[in-house]
Amino acid sequence: MTRTSGIGLGVAVLWFSLLVLIPLSAVVVTTTEGGWANFWRTITNEQTAHAIRLTVLAAVVVTVVNVFSGTAIAWVLVRDRFPGKALLELIIDIPFALPTIVAGLVLLSLYGNDSPLGLHLSNSSWSVYLAFAFVTLPFVVRMVQPVLEELDLDVEEAAASLGASRFTTFRRILLPSLAPAIAAGAALSFARAVGEYGSLVLLSGNLPFKSEVASVRILSAIENDNPAGAASVATLLLLVSLLVIVVLDVVQRKVAQRG
Amino acid sequence: MTEEVYTRKPRTGLYALIAVIVAALIAGYFLLNGGDDSEAAEGDGPNAGQTINIVGFAVPEAANKAIAGAFTKTEDGRGVKFKTSYGASGDQSRAVEGGLKADYVHFSVATDVDRLVKAGLVDANYDQGENKGIVSSSIVVLGVRKGNPKNIQGWDDLIKPGVGIVTANPASSGAARWNALGAWTHITENGGSEADATQFVDALFKNVVSLTNSGRDATTSFLEGNGDVLIAYENEAILAAQNGESFDYVIPDTTFKIENAGALLKEHAPAAEAWLDFVISDEGQKQFALKGFRPIRDDVDFGGTVEGAPDPQHPFPTVKHLVTLDDIGGWAAVKDKLFGDGKDGAPVGIVTKSIEKSGKATQ
Repeated sequence: MTRTSGIGLGVAVLWFSLLVLIPLSAVVVTTTEGGWANFWRTITNEQTAHAIRLTVLAAVVVTVVNVFSGTAIAWVLVRDRFPGKALLELIIDIPFALPTIVAGLVLLSLYGNDSPLGLHLSNSSWSVYLAFAFVTLPFVVRMVQPVLEELDLDVEEAAASLGASRFTTFRRILLPSLAPAIAAGAALSFARAVGEYGSLVLLSGNLPFKSEVASVRILSAIENDNPAGAASVATLLLLVSLLVIVVLDVVQRKVAQRG
Repeated sequence: MTEEVYTRKPRTGLYALIAVIVAALIAGYFLLNGGDDSEAAEGDGPNAGQTINIVGFAVPEAANKAIAGAFTKTEDGRGVKFKTSYGASGDQSRAVEGGLKADYVHFSVATDVDRLVKAGLVDANYDQGENKGIVSSSIVVLGVRKGNPKNIQGWDDLIKPGVGIVTANPASSGAARWNALGAWTHITENGGSEADATQFVDALFKNVVSLTNSGRDATTSFLEGNGDVLIAYENEAILAAQNGESFDYVIPDTTFKIENAGALLKEHAPAAEAWLDFVISDEGQKQFALKGFRPIRDDVDFGGTVEGAPDPQHPFPTVKHLVTLDDIGGWAAVKDKLFGDGKDGAPVGIVTKSIEKSGKATQ
């Protein structure tokens, strides 16, 4: 290892530790302070368990939707020319830029009881899916887009000239190149959804067994001076996220190898 | 593969947008925070040059600002500066416990001050003074749609079929516990048993359509069209009306007195003592009244008119049966019994259970 790369590694590890490693360890340590019994009791509490199930299920569904819709949007943005494209490019990032509570207000006025669209999704579990879909929209798009931009059209043309159908070209040529980007976008999308709070609290109504998500349960535990309980839910979500990221990585490697 | 493969084409438009947003946030920050410093009047009172750090729950921000304005015109207040922080009561309390600098705290519920007593930051005797640690006061009211189409007159109307209730969640918002206490004592203080009260609270939460994490969110949710009834505080209803977001409200025959706690920290700027005295003085209470709070003493002269009240000339109608925390034995008597969350295997509180049951019924 050269001296400069050593410094680089040192800075990277220090920065990573301060921002990620130490806070995450603190969460896990707080969980263990409550003991295994407390952890188990917290996550098996019916109301909490339901909130966690809803959160994870909605995050998975929304991530799957994002994988398809995000790739399609990226495709349109890169390969098509149409009026208003530059504007669309800009608007895609708004869910990133908008403070989540503002997003929540917008969603509530659009899909609440006074909905001008006639869509009443507030206070139902649909509101959770909607809010997740809104805040995670840009992730897959923004990961896939630059990769797609750099892909050579020649390769696709070569495949076509050798008799590959459009589907085969997509599956054997495009998909393996895009898989890492799609997987990275999906991981970001899932992780963001699992921890989402601000954009859905106004819309979802936080009804137990219906539209209450895990982050609201964490908040309740904190409000009741039960940091071990809050950390228990957080640790479980952390484990689920880790698992999903690992699974996505494995799938991505499999798909990429098929090229 | 070279690194260029992942390099994006610069999108000047996006960068410009981000720059604008960042600039707006910075400008907004200075505009908002600049306001606090400008309250300080020039002069050389005995406390001139001192800074009082106020940490409070969100609702009394406007009132505290007005009180600070009046305070800096007094001998003790001349030249005193303020630094303020407002947010959810429990969050603010935990922030001070975690090291947020404060001289004076003002919380929705006394249990948030008790947390600081436990942490050794506030003297355990803070509630032994004449005001018993209470600096502002209000009552629980029922917000209704214009013209009261569902004819809501009191608590009993809330459990009728087809009535949708919006309330902050007593499990995740300490301040919302006043709402639950209103429902609970409506039965227990009118001759009902605890079993009757449990049944009533169960029925009430079955009608809840939106369970927000703060009183402010509940108001927003209600104003955006959710539900028929908003369980709210009188002062919030009046303040909302002053800010052009009025909704009608009904005062039930039996309702609960909200008492917000205020205390000095053990380590405080000397000026903070004069500040607390001023807050509970007639002049301080007058400023609270003008923003919709009921004065903590009945004889406070606030001029008789409060804008934003349904009848500004008679802003605070007498409640037929006003239940107070003292009537039911204080927070200690109800905290775990009603609101316990089952931590460490302790029994789950009655209200916490009602909320859980409400969800199972609709499953």
